[in-house]
Amino acid sequence: MRRVTSNGMPVVRAVSLVLAHVPSLVRLGSKPLRVLREIDKPIEYLRPHLRDWDAARAYVPNQVFIGNVDVDALAAWPTPWHKNPSAEAPRFGPDGEIMPEDEFFGLLAACDPFDLLALDRDLAERARVALDAHPVVGRESGRPAVRAGIASAALDERVDKHGALRIVGVDGRLLGAMLPGHDEDDTLTGQVLLENLACKATAVLALRHLLARPGAIAAVDVRYVLSCGEEAVGDRYQRGGGNVAKAVAEWAGCARATGSDVKAFCCGPMHALMLAGALVRGGLQDDVIVVAGGSLAKLGMKFQGHVKHAMPIVEDVLAGFAVHVSRDDGVSPVLRLDAIGRHEVGSGSAPLAIVKALYTEPLGRVGLTLLDVDRFSLELHNPEATEPAGSGNVPLNNYRTLASLAVVEKLIARDRIDEFVRTRGMPGFSPTQGHIASAIPYLGHARRGLTDGRLTRTMFAGKGSLFLGRMTQLPDGLSLVLERNGTKGAT
Amino acid sequence: MVLRGKKVIALGERDGVPGPAVAECAVRAGADVVLTLTACYV
Repeated sequence: MRRVTSNGMPVVRAVSLVLAHVPSLVRLGSKPLRVLREIDKPIEYLRPHLRDWDAARAYVPNQVFIGNVDVDALAAWPTPWHKNPSAEAPRFGPDGEIMPEDEFFGLLAACDPFDLLALDRDLAERARVALDAHPVVGRESGRPAVRAGIASAALDERVDKHGALRIVGVDGRLLGAMLPGHDEDDTLTGQVLLENLACKATAVLALRHLLARPGAIAAVDVRYVLSCGEEAVGDRYQRGGGNVAKAVAEWAGCARATGSDVKAFCCGPMHALMLAGALVRGGLQDDVIVVAGGSLAKLGMKFQGHVKHAMPIVEDVLAGFAVHVSRDDGVSPVLRLDAIGRHEVGSGSAPLAIVKALYTEPLGRVGLTLLDVDRFSLELHNPEATEPAGSGNVPLNNYRTLASLAVVEKLIARDRIDEFVRTRGMPGFSPTQGHIASAIPYLGHARRGLTDGRLTRTMFAGKGSLFLGRMTQLPDGLSLVLERNGTKGAT
Repeated sequence: MVLRGKKVIALGERDGVPGPAVAECAVRAGADVVLTLTACYV
């Protein structure tokens, strides 16, 4: 019999996190596209810095991302990480997988209902064979087939006569072409549609992993999906109209589901998880799935720093995640809707005001302090991606700000800041995939730690750069507390 | 640094001190803030 807590707090029942290794698509990231515009063969410029799948798989932050390596093990791992690969580098982990590029191209094609993406004949065949044998998105999963590829002359024709986007492989060969969806619509160019398709494909991969878990909810029982990816799917009359959630649900076989998209820059996932919890607690849904696909535009965002420092471009992976939020099952970590931290319109922009709004105020509301949280998951961008480009160690900066708040609150002495950061924080290990790097990558680890491990309480805080859209100078932020089910004095 | 009477461009960083917080300090110091921007490096 299902045990339900008296106040009906929702739980996080399952989490999946996936990566797709796409070195050929790095050239199509926003930054490389702009910077290398004047270079004749940009792929040749990038090639010395593009990794193969073995290297991407053995890259320890990626192994942490899919749950094979613990965050404390990463903290002790010798640096630089790109020169100290993991001896064991499984493709699959407890949270998901690192998919190789050929297969991902097949997945992209299978996710394209309008036949706008054409693949090279050989690539399409390789992708079809590999993807058909995939454990969660194989042929028996019921997904659309990977269409046969076309000859390179036909690809050239799509590019030259029909305005398709040229997709060039690391070896310089033409891998495929993405047609625009309309002759005169800037929101339906081949580039934009490939970004949207990459978002959909990584989201469906994450969702299929989630649905394939032992004891997982059946696809037909999923009734509502929230997507919080960054891509603004739409057309010239409605940029960002949506609805990625429904497209993902359709592909994953969730025939009785509907859904909608939640947008708040990189803070979107925190809002989506809160809303999912509210839908469950309010009784409208028993189960809600939150999904997000990756950002192709952010591939190679810091590549200039990597080239300058003669290191691999580590932003060569797309990320995706899925979370199942459900009614209390008596086991899974509780999402405390009574301890949500909000950066409100009136909260202001001062750093101390922001951290108070996100951490001490919500914890204080339920009688807790910062020291009652075992682990904080904040911005988790991999510093090896950002530091060579002069963008600093974003997680460390945020953890130090949080520790300073603990000093202001007189919870720790000033000389304990480093200890606070080390024991309650973690190194950044996420690719610079914006909304996903914003607290999400620790969810799988937290779920394990809060059920089978030693964790009692974790806190997740996402931040969104709303000001980049030029409609407000405000940032955004939202925090959530995840707690071991049945914690004494909780909920 | 004396900011009174000076024109100031307030450049902030999301994961440090955001632009509006920089601008507020400059205004209180008597400056005329002509542009406020916040950068996000991720």
